[in-house]
Amino acid sequence: MKGVMIYKRFERFWHWSQAALIFFLMFTGFEIHGSYQALGFGTAARLHGLAAYMLIGLWILAIFWHFTTGEWRQYIPTTNRLGAVIHYYLIGTFTGAEHPFRQTTRAKHNPLQRLAYLAFKLLISPLIWISGLLYLFYNQWPAWGLEELSLGDVALVHTAAAFAMLVFVIAHVYMATMGKTVFSMIKPMITGYEDAREQPPAKDASDQGSVETPPRSAGGKTST
Amino acid sequence: MNRTVTRRILWGLVAAMLGLASSTTTALERTSPSTADHERFKALQGPFASGPKVTEACLKCHTEAADQLQASIHWTWEYLHPETRQLLGKRHVVNSFCGSVASNEPFCTSCHTGYGWKDMREAPPVAGNRVDCLVCHDTTGDYWKSPTGAGHPVYDMLDLGDSSSRRPPDLAQIARNIGPTNKQNCGSCHFYGGGGDGVKHGDLDSSLIDPSFSLDVHMSPEGADFACADCHTTSAHSVSGSRYLAKARDTQGIDVPGHTDFTRASCESCHGVEPHGSAKLNDHVDQVACQSCHIPEFARGGVATKTWWDWSTAGRLGEDGKPLTIRDDDGNLEYLSTKGSFRHGENVAPEYRWFDGQVRYTLRSDTLDDSRQPIEINKLQGSHDDPNSRIWPFKIMQGKQPYDPVNQHLLVNHVYSANNDTALWTNFDWTKALKAGTEYADQPYSGEFAFVETLMHWPITHMVAPAKDALRCSACHAREGRLAALTDFYLPARDRSIWLDRAGWSAALLVLVGSLAHAGGRILTRRRRKRS
Repeated sequence: MKGVMIYKRFERFWHWSQAALIFFLMFTGFEIHGSYQALGFGTAARLHGLAAYMLIGLWILAIFWHFTTGEWRQYIPTTNRLGAVIHYYLIGTFTGAEHPFRQTTRAKHNPLQRLAYLAFKLLISPLIWISGLLYLFYNQWPAWGLEELSLGDVALVHTAAAFAMLVFVIAHVYMATMGKTVFSMIKPMITGYEDAREQPPAKDASDQGSVETPPRSAGGKTST
Repeated sequence: MNRTVTRRILWGLVAAMLGLASSTTTALERTSPSTADHERFKALQGPFASGPKVTEACLKCHTEAADQLQASIHWTWEYLHPETRQLLGKRHVVNSFCGSVASNEPFCTSCHTGYGWKDMREAPPVAGNRVDCLVCHDTTGDYWKSPTGAGHPVYDMLDLGDSSSRRPPDLAQIARNIGPTNKQNCGSCHFYGGGGDGVKHGDLDSSLIDPSFSLDVHMSPEGADFACADCHTTSAHSVSGSRYLAKARDTQGIDVPGHTDFTRASCESCHGVEPHGSAKLNDHVDQVACQSCHIPEFARGGVATKTWWDWSTAGRLGEDGKPLTIRDDDGNLEYLSTKGSFRHGENVAPEYRWFDGQVRYTLRSDTLDDSRQPIEINKLQGSHDDPNSRIWPFKIMQGKQPYDPVNQHLLVNHVYSANNDTALWTNFDWTKALKAGTEYADQPYSGEFAFVETLMHWPITHMVAPAKDALRCSACHAREGRLAALTDFYLPARDRSIWLDRAGWSAALLVLVGSLAHAGGRILTRRRRKRS
């Protein structure tokens, strides 16, 4: 029997094409930064710009999707069971404890994920976009009244944001292996379905996610 | 039958297109034919006893030509710089090759566009017939000047016994075959500046007379087949394009008749200010001169250019007491007793500097600071923050020149004399030569001399390569690229904050190592649990 559809088709498309673009942008970006030579600066710069526009397009789609489906609520931060999740990653995972969070269609992300993804969406991404677009339109600065801006500073911010992105990606990829088995959390991101054997259908569970212990009622912050 | 008709029409079309193509591409038909046949002019039938006699014949019809030429820098060798107020021109400047024209006149003035300028301390001769029309307008290639004749051609056989010696030019024959200037005319002086083929500029040498497409797309017969004057447009014998006050950034763009100044001596005057298909490349043209990317190397035509000239070693004679001539492995001059030590270069990558078009010279009257060598013979003005400046390519000429260490100025270098032994090339004695030179030019001289290391900038603008050979982005956008010396701006791929890089890579490494350690801990504890 099939499990519950956690990640819908658009969401999976968005996640993986974003992942591919970010990997490509990091690869070309650090060449533009001068860290190594692979494609040649000119090619790297051209493709970096192209991939950036594709990512912007993808994000416009994703923002539209998040608001029309109400999925944006998935990123509202909560401290509810945040301590339990952190405790699990620091200690529980070594002692054989169960993950304190069970994802549902209404709460796909554990509280730590919520915080991490919110930071990704509200801090790292805007920083990298704004600095990147400024970088790209360097020649238009005088026309935009931005003569005072220095390319060195914009590049510094862009690079700093890129390093933050790199750190996020490494941590994100590693933590994705911390389900029941190495692939149990990656599989639903590919197929869309939570394995039925791992979890009973939880369609009507709280939007804070469910736990092994009897579920608590939803936190006031998020119920609307 | 229909088919043959179609075929005929097709062939006709092909032939017509071929005809059209050839009429637009061959140089011969591109140049408009003259309305006068100089062969038929009575005044040009000759014979002519001298160059000035030819000029007198020319001026009978071209009444304004002498006045026009005598107002140009080709004649005056003098240029009052409007910005720096320095009095420049060959008559006044010192260069890092032979030094100065003064005291070496009959030799140096063999490249003057006139006859008989024998004294640099005075203005060139005023008589109209002193203008040399033939040196610029000869189309036969047979006109040549005596190297020591103060501008006169050779009139008599130099050596009657030697049948291989070059014949004196037939002035009447040349006069009847005059025409517009071509590469050969301009090149007869400008390719040989500094004492030999390609010596001075690096981007101007005899290889440009018939260059391959890869050497120069504009001057090659396979390319645009330009003559010099196609870009260096001329009005009333005044030629556009100056080294003393260059147009480092042409914002006027394509030169449209009736709207602009008819000067085509900039890339933009034909190619416009957005010449590339790519917007990002066009974003560079406000700060990078076209030449910087499109002339990846100079001296590419097989003629070496001089890059180092050390006068201090001149005067050393062979064991037999005769002057030495030593060549290097490439066959280029390495040492001459008359001139000192040389280094040459072929396929030289230029050096890049910010340049707003203004050049300030170190003149003989300027005070040096010999504690800071090399001395810049000409200083470029410009910076990243100046909107009129762009990054330009330069040949950097270096060497050592005589100077007065007491008075701290460059000295007149008296190397050639036709009739006495005061000059270096006859006596090989610096003390005598410098004394004579400074006295001639009325220059203060302590009597002490030494050699100071000097450096001179020569802008590179010819030998434009095909687009496919232009520099790659990574030639400059790299940690140690061609622009490593220009540090007053942020250049992607070259510049970075080393601290941000260290912090960023450390953080990434820390998270990676932390993750692996965490994973190791999970595996270990799981095994232990299973065992128990």
